[in-house]
Amino acid sequence: MTVDYLIELFSKLFDSPFVSFILAVSIAGIPLFVLMALNATVAVYVERKVSAFMMDRIGPMGQGPGLHAGPWGVLQTIADAVKLLIKEDTIPSSADKLLFKVAPFIIFIGAFLGIAVLPFSSVIQVVDINIGVFYIIAVGSVGVHGIVMAGWASNNKWSLYGAMRSAAQIISYEIPAGLSIIVPIMMTSTMNLQSMIEFQSGSIWGILPNWIIFNNPFSFLAFFIFFISAVAETNRTPFDIPEAESELVAGWMTEYSGFRWAVFFLSEYANMFVVSGLAAAGFLGGWLSPIPGLFNSPIWGLFWFFSKIIFLIFVMMWFRWTFPRLRVDQLMHVCWKVFIPIAMLNIFGVGIWKLIIG
Amino acid sequence: MTLEQIKNRLSDQFKSSIIKNENLAEHQVEIKGEDWFDVATFMKNDPKLSFDQLECITGIDTGEDGPLQTHYNLHSMEYRHKIEAVISHDRKDPKVASIEQLWRIGDWFERETYDMFGIEYTGHRDLRRILCPDDWEGWPLRKDYEAQESFHGIVVPKIKEEEGWE
Amino acid sequence: MGVVQGDQMVLNIGPQHPSTHGVLRLEVTTDGEIVSKITPHLGYLHRCFEKHAENVTYEQVIPFTDRCDYLASMNSNFGYVVAMEELMDIEISERVQYIRVIMAELNRVASHLLALGVYGLDIGAFTPFLYMLRDRERILDMFEYTCGARLLYNYMWIGGVSHDLPKDFVKICVNFLDYFEPQIEEYNNLLTFNKIFIERTADVGVIPAEVAISYGVSGPNLRGSGVKWDVRKDEPYSIYDRFDFDIPTGTGEFGTLGDCFDRYWVRMLEVTQSVRIIRQALKDLPEGDVFETMPKKIRPPAGSVYRRTESPRGDLGYYIVSDGTPSPTRVKMRSPAFTALSCLDEVSSGWMISDVLAILGSLDIVLGEIDR
Repeated sequence: MTVDYLIELFSKLFDSPFVSFILAVSIAGIPLFVLMALNATVAVYVERKVSAFMMDRIGPMGQGPGLHAGPWGVLQTIADAVKLLIKEDTIPSSADKLLFKVAPFIIFIGAFLGIAVLPFSSVIQVVDINIGVFYIIAVGSVGVHGIVMAGWASNNKWSLYGAMRSAAQIISYEIPAGLSIIVPIMMTSTMNLQSMIEFQSGSIWGILPNWIIFNNPFSFLAFFIFFISAVAETNRTPFDIPEAESELVAGWMTEYSGFRWAVFFLSEYANMFVVSGLAAAGFLGGWLSPIPGLFNSPIWGLFWFFSKIIFLIFVMMWFRWTFPRLRVDQLMHVCWKVFIPIAMLNIFGVGIWKLIIG
Repeated sequence: MTLEQIKNRLSDQFKSSIIKNENLAEHQVEIKGEDWFDVATFMKNDPKLSFDQLECITGIDTGEDGPLQTHYNLHSMEYRHKIEAVISHDRKDPKVASIEQLWRIGDWFERETYDMFGIEYTGHRDLRRILCPDDWEGWPLRKDYEAQESFHGIVVPKIKEEEGWE
Repeated sequence: MGVVQGDQMVLNIGPQHPSTHGVLRLEVTTDGEIVSKITPHLGYLHRCFEKHAENVTYEQVIPFTDRCDYLASMNSNFGYVVAMEELMDIEISERVQYIRVIMAELNRVASHLLALGVYGLDIGAFTPFLYMLRDRERILDMFEYTCGARLLYNYMWIGGVSHDLPKDFVKICVNFLDYFEPQIEEYNNLLTFNKIFIERTADVGVIPAEVAISYGVSGPNLRGSGVKWDVRKDEPYSIYDRFDFDIPTGTGEFGTLGDCFDRYWVRMLEVTQSVRIIRQALKDLPEGDVFETMPKKIRPPAGSVYRRTESPRGDLGYYIVSDGTPSPTRVKMRSPAFTALSCLDEVSSGWMISDVLAILGSLDIVLGEIDR
């Protein structure tokens, strides 16, 4: 059910290609928007609860609407959102006002665009383009412009530090992430996410699903490098040095409040969703079921894809509440001296593996 | 070394610098202000005394008529012995050589005593107020201290004999 | 946008900043991430308790000492009353001595737990902090059960303590210790031996022993530099000479002797030693009246005393001058956190901003005590 399909459908009903295009795009786009908002809402609640259980607390709790935050605190995020929306939107007097206002939306666009090509199921995908992987990597790096703009425009030293750190970090970690995602591309000989997932159907010796992660030792390694780099790209602990709370107050977000800050938050969770989606599609068989040959209908596909994403997001939260934070130079050390060489060797390894074993 | 031995060693070296004062306790030794730096250098560097730790500097105001005093509690990590050196200052112009470069902690301790008593430690490289604001007036722990009326427009509360706090 | 000023940038860390542990302002000169000079500005919490003390009676000074080191109020009280008892030359009943040691050591555990947890927070690990606060809470509950207060106790009085122990205190305390000891293993697994934590702390902020002594650094910070100095053992006060415990010192286990990890690790080891002391004290706790040796009128003879005790932060000294009247002529507190902070500039020049906060956290300062 791609946008192309909808355009075709509407062009039969309406004469004007413009109208059918707008209709098709909004029908496809609005659910995505809702998905993003829902993702952030649920993820914030889950993050609160997960962190609470990991810390031996109970997290948000309450008896019902109006009394604290509803049963098990499910209304907590809504309360948070309302609070953020009605909060005063302060802009520092010495800030660069235009850049300051624009920056959150650039970050948001960078995160949002990626979702468009995620294959939610064998039939549900907004656009099925033949360079899907490349596209996600490309639009994913738009966000860093927003971060640098936010850091510069705030006219605050903490923000500037955060922005510089963030730029260095995201640009560096894109390299191992990109090099690792080349491994599935080489194995499947395609950048189209749907055909990549179809390649992974079947099983290895009838037990393991034929996912790329299990295909050979190099791709196994590539998955972990990709996932860790993805965590680093989303600026989460242990790589959260750009917003390191105990060092930089809140990094590049220091001066933001209210709705603009909420947009940052939304983008962070959207980013997590996109990179987890890419990892799931590229390495973990996308919408394929973990039991080879069973439960593979499109509806089940939706379920499997979301489960994989949610699991990866959970792992990211697990990281966050377990590990301390790295230092800037250590972070760069890990990237340039550990991940990039291994990722390059991986590419060689996979090439040779493909030559010999097929 | 016992206290007696330490005192003897000091008076052997600096006969004229040590002031006999009956009011002092056994562990205290009063030293002339102008010789203090030499005595302190000796106490730190002498291999038999080796006072490598400056525990504390206490400023004391002995009353409206009496002198201001600085008490240095010295301790040796090597021999585990200690002594207290006492310097008296003229109330009008309290001044003594700084030992900040001998014991690095002297830096902040002297700044604190300067802040509270206005004793000037000559040779200190960075003698500023440390706890009070830089433009505070007066020396708070002196007995004759009168708090200023207001500080940058903020009224300074004072104790009044009958009514209590203002 | 302002004028470009050259290579160096001045950054103000504080007075409101998540990891200055209070209201401290550090004026940091940086070149990019590298720090070249740090000027601490103190005094945001200055109340001049020393001046207050001159206007109140001796026993009224005790609540002021609470408010200096608010994380280890028992130890602050303890230092003052030990100094006062030395000045007045009075004997204290056995039960009071034991109760004081139990309370001081429990408070040491509580204070160290907070220090260790907050240190994890400074490095970026959130969870251990909550675990440690959870256990600290149980110690505070015991204090509340004993004297009604959770933070500022005013518990130790000159010649005695304000309340006798509740009847089942010993049982509760032993229960707590039995629960608590295995928890230390959990902290170690979660935080201490985490690779990232070691990377962040080992070899960072090394304080060599002679520098530490010259700066008057004391307590766990000094022992982290490998100097075996503990007032409880070397200048025993109260009844510490009766207990069997070790003084842990830094060994440079993962890096250099005197680095941040050593200071952290010494605190962790001290917690186990404190537990040992508490167990021994609970076992020997005698019966008796806690008010028995409390003097009716506190009027020490003219004279002065300087006494230091081992607070969780180091050598806590009190210089008390009396002129024979009911209120002191001078009370001076030698604050261990004050001396520890003074070496920050020397230790952290050349390190990165992240390391400066790691070093600051490892010194375990309490601003209430620094500013007094």
